[in-house]
Amino acid sequence: MDIRENMEKKYHEALSTYLKDQNEQALYQGQKISRLHIKYNISPEEIISMHKNNLMELYPELPGKVLDSFDFLLEVMMGYGIAYREHQSLRHQQQELKTEIEIAANVQHTLLETEIPDIKALEIGAISVPARQMNGDYYHFVQDENERIGVGIADVIGKGIPAALCMSMIKYAMDSLPEHRHEPKSVLESLNRVVEHNVDPSMFITMFYGLYDPHDRQFSYASAGHEPGFYYDAATGAFSDLDAKGLLLGVDKKTRYRQYEKTVNRGDMIILLSDGVTECRTNDGFIERETLIGLIKKNMHLQAQEMVNNIYKQLEKMQNFQLRDDFTLIILKSNV
Amino acid sequence: MEFQSCVKIINEWDIVAARQLGRNVAKELGFGTVDQARITTAISELARNIYLYAGQGSVSIEKLNINGKSGLKIIAEDQGPGIEDIRRVMEDGYTTSGGLGAGLPGAKRLMDDFDIESIPGEGTKIIATKWLR
Repeated sequence: MDIRENMEKKYHEALSTYLKDQNEQALYQGQKISRLHIKYNISPEEIISMHKNNLMELYPELPGKVLDSFDFLLEVMMGYGIAYREHQSLRHQQQELKTEIEIAANVQHTLLETEIPDIKALEIGAISVPARQMNGDYYHFVQDENERIGVGIADVIGKGIPAALCMSMIKYAMDSLPEHRHEPKSVLESLNRVVEHNVDPSMFITMFYGLYDPHDRQFSYASAGHEPGFYYDAATGAFSDLDAKGLLLGVDKKTRYRQYEKTVNRGDMIILLSDGVTECRTNDGFIERETLIGLIKKNMHLQAQEMVNNIYKQLEKMQNFQLRDDFTLIILKSNV
Repeated sequence: MEFQSCVKIINEWDIVAARQLGRNVAKELGFGTVDQARITTAISELARNIYLYAGQGSVSIEKLNINGKSGLKIIAEDQGPGIEDIRRVMEDGYTTSGGLGAGLPGAKRLMDDFDIESIPGEGTKIIATKWLR
């Protein structure tokens, strides 16, 4: 017996049971049949035709007008039948899109992968979590032959796929920078020209770039309109904003960036972030930078990587596990 | 070709005439009520498209008998503005009339074969077939 015949038989049984005795048990059978029909893609017009045929079989003496009314009902249900089929095909398409985006997200992950340098002087922790599948934040580490460590963090204004596509470009622009040009201000100036030249004018990128030299413990940095990070001074136990002025990437190709310097002492921390961190929204509104400092303090005794992981988990919980923006947090902790 | 019959679509009532013609032929060929309704709805959608977007045109119904298989063929033709982007009008969820699932993709789903040719500025020809099982 094929599915359709089987279905008709079930419908016949359930309907005749119900007509004999109008009880909930038979109606429950009806609900189960409804699910089966959906499972086997039976459209509403077929159900009505099935119903009419069953009635004719069960009550041959039924007035013709009553039976005719089902032909009218069948015609009315045609539109629902078409809408139902469209819905199924759209669902299928959505599934395909989802799979495609998942693959794209994996490709992006591989493309943007960066290795966290392993040096004695600095303990490094980094985490970057996209709000949706694809990430519009990006961070990057490089280590040159003089053991200097470059750290870049960038955020495309906007999120999702367009932002992610844009980010891949930054990564390749960074990779093609000449070795000797890792001075933060020249990195930002080069990238600014690339972005201005290649990216849609409606898209802007904020970026922070820092360079740490373990030999003289200098941290030099520059910012292109990026969310300011924090600096933790171990000697005084105070946190301060890592302020740096600079225009967003892609606005004006002649933009010059200012470079700032800081001497990093033992136990000091450099905290870099994207606005997805500070724009975490809890029930009481955006979190304050103070709240964030509180979280950092609470986790300060941990390894840098554990710190960023923990802070992410705590912020995720505070906003009920709904990320509104891509989230990136980097902590550099000085050991010398 | 054994039989062909044609309805000119000029005003809305001609849609009814086209439906009627399609239903009669479908019945003669032995299509069941559900398939009759599907064929009629497809004709309705195609005729409505002519009426709404081309102003006028025609819907012809043909009986087919190929290798012992019977079928019904709808030919909807107009000399209207034509369709610039066929892929787009065949897309689900895209409809200018705002209805759910209506229009050409809806008509296509109700039939077994569906073929569309259109030249912008010259007109559109749609051939749709349903086979008797």
